[in-house]
Amino acid sequence: MLRLTDVHLAYGHVHALKGVSLAVAAGEIVTLIGANGAGKSSTLKAISALHPLRSGAIEFAGEAIHALPPHQVVARGVSHCPEGRRIFYDLSVRENLLMGGYLLGKKELEERLAAVLDLFPRLRERLAQAGGTLSGGEQQMLAIARALMCNPRLLMLDEPSLGLAPLMVEKIFETVLSLKKGGLTVLLVEQNAGAALAVSDRAYVLETGRVTLAGDSASLARDERVVKAYLGG
Amino acid sequence: MFLQHLLNGITIGGSYALIALGYTLVYGVLKLINFAHGEIYMIGAYLGFILVSLLPALPPFFQGHLLFFLLIVFLVAAGLCALYGFYLEKVCYRPLRQAPKLTPLISALGASIFFQNFVMLTMGAKDRIFPQTVGMTTYTVAGVTGTPLQLAIILSSVFLMALLWWFINRTRLGVAIKATSTDPLMASLLGINVDTVISVTFMAGSFLAACAGVMIGLYYGTINFTLGYLGGIKAFTAAVLGGIGNVPGAMVGGFLLGIIEALGAGYFSAEYKDVYAFFILIAVLVLRPAGLLGKGVHERA
Repeated sequence: MLRLTDVHLAYGHVHALKGVSLAVAAGEIVTLIGANGAGKSSTLKAISALHPLRSGAIEFAGEAIHALPPHQVVARGVSHCPEGRRIFYDLSVRENLLMGGYLLGKKELEERLAAVLDLFPRLRERLAQAGGTLSGGEQQMLAIARALMCNPRLLMLDEPSLGLAPLMVEKIFETVLSLKKGGLTVLLVEQNAGAALAVSDRAYVLETGRVTLAGDSASLARDERVVKAYLGG
Repeated sequence: MFLQHLLNGITIGGSYALIALGYTLVYGVLKLINFAHGEIYMIGAYLGFILVSLLPALPPFFQGHLLFFLLIVFLVAAGLCALYGFYLEKVCYRPLRQAPKLTPLISALGASIFFQNFVMLTMGAKDRIFPQTVGMTTYTVAGVTGTPLQLAIILSSVFLMALLWWFINRTRLGVAIKATSTDPLMASLLGINVDTVISVTFMAGSFLAACAGVMIGLYYGTINFTLGYLGGIKAFTAAVLGGIGNVPGAMVGGFLLGIIEALGAGYFSAEYKDVYAFFILIAVLVLRPAGLLGKGVHERA
C-alpha cells in the first residue's frame, strides 16, 4: 500500500534521512523504532509531504505522492497525527473534529463524526469545550479522533503515548488494535518500543537516518540488539 | 453633548473596526502586518466614488431606488477590492512566504506606495468630492443630531461584523481560518489548503475595508489618495488596542478608538484629533502590548 524507496531528506545541512526504504501492506500495523533523531518523525513528514525529498520516491496505492502538496496527500487517504498532538486549543472539540473532516461532504461529515464519537465516547461529553481545556489523555484521543475523521486508508501516529499515564497508554494501544480490526492500516512511531512491538505486525529499526533492522514484531522483540537498545534489557 | 460625541464616535469607530478586522485576520494566518491594507480601504473609497458618480448617467430606476443603488455600489466596490486583496497577497507576499519576517514587511510598504501612486496618477492628486446622494437631512432626537446616513453606516458596520462572525464560526472555511491561525502545519495535515485559506482571508479583509472606504466617503464627502495612510494606521491602532490577531478585539478596539477620538475632539481640541490614536497606540504598546482582549505576546516582527 505504501512504499518508500531510497528516500533522502535534509533540513539545511542536517541529513535526516539517508536512503530509507520501507513498505507497509494494507491492513498491517507497522512500527518505526529508533532513538531521538533517528529519523522516525522525518519519515512521517516525508510521507505527508511536509518537507520536500532530496531524492527517492514515495508511492501510495500505486501512485507517486512525494510531489504533491500536503493537503492532497490527505485527500489520497493518508492521515498524519503528528507528535505533540497539536490540538487547536482555541477551537472547540467539535470544531477540531470538523476540521479533521474538512474534505468530506456535509452528510458524510455528520456520519463520520458520529462514528468517531462512538469510538471515543468521552469526547462526546466534551464537544462544546475548547480543545485546550482537555486533559493530556483526552487531547491525545482528540488528536487521533481528528486524524480519523477523514476516513483514512493509512493512519500515521507519531508518539501517541508520549507523556501519558500508563492506563491511558494502554487505552490508546487498545484503540489502535481495534482500528486494525476495522481494516485500517497503521504506521506507528513510538519511543515506547515494547508496547509498540506488542501491537504491531512488523517493525523497522531506524538509526541515524537509515533502516538497520526490519522484521516481524515478535521476532524483533526477542532480537538481542533490539532488547539491548530499545527495550531496556 | 456627550451623547452627540458618542454617536459621532460610533459612526467612525465602525469603519475603524471594519478595517482593523483585515489587519487582525491577516495577522492571524500569516503573522504579518499587511501595511498595504490601508490602501485597499482607500481604493474602496475611490471605487465607491466612481460608482456613485455614475448615478446621473444610469436609468431613472436607480435614482428612484437609491438604497438599492448604494447596495450595488457597496457590493461592486467590495468585490473588486477583494480581488485587489487576492492579487496583493499572490504577488507581494506569497513568493516571500519562506523569507525572513522583515522581507514581506518591506514588500507591504512597497505595495502601499505603489497603490497610492497608482490612484494619484489615475484619479488625480486633488481631493475628490463625493456626490451627495442619500440621507443628508439632519434629525435631532433628544439633543443629539444625526443623519439617516449615519444610522445606516452604524447598522451596516454591525451587520458586516455579524456576517464575519458567522463566517468564521459557522462555516467550514471560516473555522479553517481559525485553525490555520493556530497551527498552519497541522491544518495542512488535515487536508486544508493553507494557500486557499490565506487567499480567502485577504479577500474577506479587503471586502470589509472597501465597505469602510465607501462609508467614509459618503460620510465625510471628500476623499484623497492619502486616505489609506492615516486610516490604515488608525485601524492598525484599533487592532493593536483590541489585541492583534483577535477578531472580537478588533471590533471592540475600532469602536473604542472612534469614541475616544470623538470625545477627545469634542472636549479637548479638535485639531489634535489624530494625535489621540497615536497616543493610544504608544500607551497600549507600553502598558499592555497584548491588547485589551489579547492573550499573550510572542516575539514577532
